[in-house]
Amino acid sequence: MSFLRQFLENTGFLFSLLFKALTRLDAVPRRRRMIAYHMYNGGIGVLHVVLLVGLFMGMIVALQTGIELSRIGQQDQIGIIVAISMAREMGPFITATILSATVGSAVAAEIGTMAVSEELAALEVMSVDRVRYLVVPRLVALAVMCPVLTVICDTIGILGGGFVASSQLHVGYQLYMDSALDALLPTAELIGIPKDVYAGLLKSFVFGVIIAAISCAQGLRATGGALGVGHATRGAVRDSIIAIIISNYFMTWAMYQA
Amino acid sequence: MQDPTVIRFEDVHKAYGGVSVLDGLSLEVRRGRTLGIMGPSGTGKSVTLRHIIGLTRADAGRVLVEDRDVATLTRKQLRELRRRMGYVFQEGALINWLSIAENVALPLRENTSLSEEEISERVQAKLELVHIGDTGSKMPSEISGGMRKRVGLARALITDPELILYDEPNAGLDPEIARSINRQIRELSEELDVTAIVVEHRIDCIRAVADEVIFLDEGRALVHAASPEEFFQSEHPRLLRFFGEAETKENL
Ligand SMILES: Nc1ncnc2c1ncn2[C@@H]1O[C@H](COP(=O)(O)OP(=O)(O)OP(=O)(O)O)[C@@H](O)[C@H]1O
Ligand SMILES: [Mg+2]
Repeated sequence: MSFLRQFLENTGFLFSLLFKALTRLDAVPRRRRMIAYHMYNGGIGVLHVVLLVGLFMGMIVALQTGIELSRIGQQDQIGIIVAISMAREMGPFITATILSATVGSAVAAEIGTMAVSEELAALEVMSVDRVRYLVVPRLVALAVMCPVLTVICDTIGILGGGFVASSQLHVGYQLYMDSALDALLPTAELIGIPKDVYAGLLKSFVFGVIIAAISCAQGLRATGGALGVGHATRGAVRDSIIAIIISNYFMTWAMYQA
Repeated sequence: MQDPTVIRFEDVHKAYGGVSVLDGLSLEVRRGRTLGIMGPSGTGKSVTLRHIIGLTRADAGRVLVEDRDVATLTRKQLRELRRRMGYVFQEGALINWLSIAENVALPLRENTSLSEEEISERVQAKLELVHIGDTGSKMPSEISGGMRKRVGLARALITDPELILYDEPNAGLDPEIARSINRQIRELSEELDVTAIVVEHRIDCIRAVADEVIFLDEGRALVHAASPEEFFQSEHPRLLRFFGEAETKENL
């Protein structure tokens, strides 16, 4: 029962925080320097991780599917499979996971430290709105940077797949790239950019919002010294990843089934 | 005629997790007066201050500031009130990713439309007042605990508040700086008619700044003295035990 109550309390707090943040986006112009700082931190700061993981993910997908496809003589299709799986699933999910483990945990620790050292109380006493001052800049930065990094992840993954295809599976690089781009382009029915790409980007935008909201909420509610900050950090990463997975399923369902 | 009452506690109760901290606390501070609060560690002195600025709500009883119950104020009214108050946190509570100068400037940047030159002028003046004029560009993690304390003081004073709550303003300061800080507190009260509560363990501070003193223990104002002299000469058994008999008598 206490677990259920805790869960409902946390969820309630999370949604009310998210709602407050969305209704206080008027703080954006005023906090542009902070937003730029958090974008830099959450973008350039984790770029190398995204590049590395994205590259190897593309290589793995190419290798795994390539072996099977070449068995039935269909290795020309590798490009399609790598491009679609990166753009639809792998890119958004990997990027979001990396961001929650790096930026999300840091956000929870920063804000959690402020909570346990009375800095949040100090902000309140000075009539500084904590949502406008702390949450909105981080939310906006993550909501922008998550899709940007996803595009980078997709791209490097597809390139990595191409490297494996040409060096290990004897598919010409040009052929691979043509089939990869072909896979993405014909679905450009709706708004001029390929559906697989914008569906993936829409997902990663939502993931960015989820990571920011959960990490801020965990930090704001931290109590009890360094132990509490550790607890908040752990909770932020755990809950972000769970929420990313679950929302991922429902968004995929909504965008591809319906 | 007596000065009007600025702060009044009426039978305030507060418990955390079933453990009573304030248990029927009543007290009163008049305009321009400074109330000293002494008491054992963990007795609820900081909790008392937090009630006044609306960071904590009483379970029962009322906390009145200028005759208005703090717990019933709207957010807007509370902001108005806080703008005229200063709070010196026990541990400084500096925003750790802002420099010293940015910390002190924060209330002005957020709540006023002063120009940057004006802000930095005022910030420098307040930093010099607390003898740390040359640390403005440092980060909170780069300065000592006593210096952080003084930055917290400068930040609380930057808006020239009418009501100031000091949570151990002397903690971690050397005697020379402490005397100077006590002089500042005294001057604010005498020259600008600031109303204040000073929570402090150090006898010399209470002596230097307080008009009246209470001893907070077991959630109540166990001893209430009209002057520091009266307080330190009290024969109350709890006080004798707290200070050690000889010291109170000898009038340290
Ligand atoms: N947010 C809180 N949650 C739970 N307990 C609290 C909280 N704030 C204060 N307390 C408890 O209330 C009691 C009084 O705390 P307070 O900080 O007011 O003591 P204090 O008189 O200021 O002590 P010190 O002289 O050491 O600063 C302590 O036992 C503390 O554990
Ligand atoms: Mg205290």
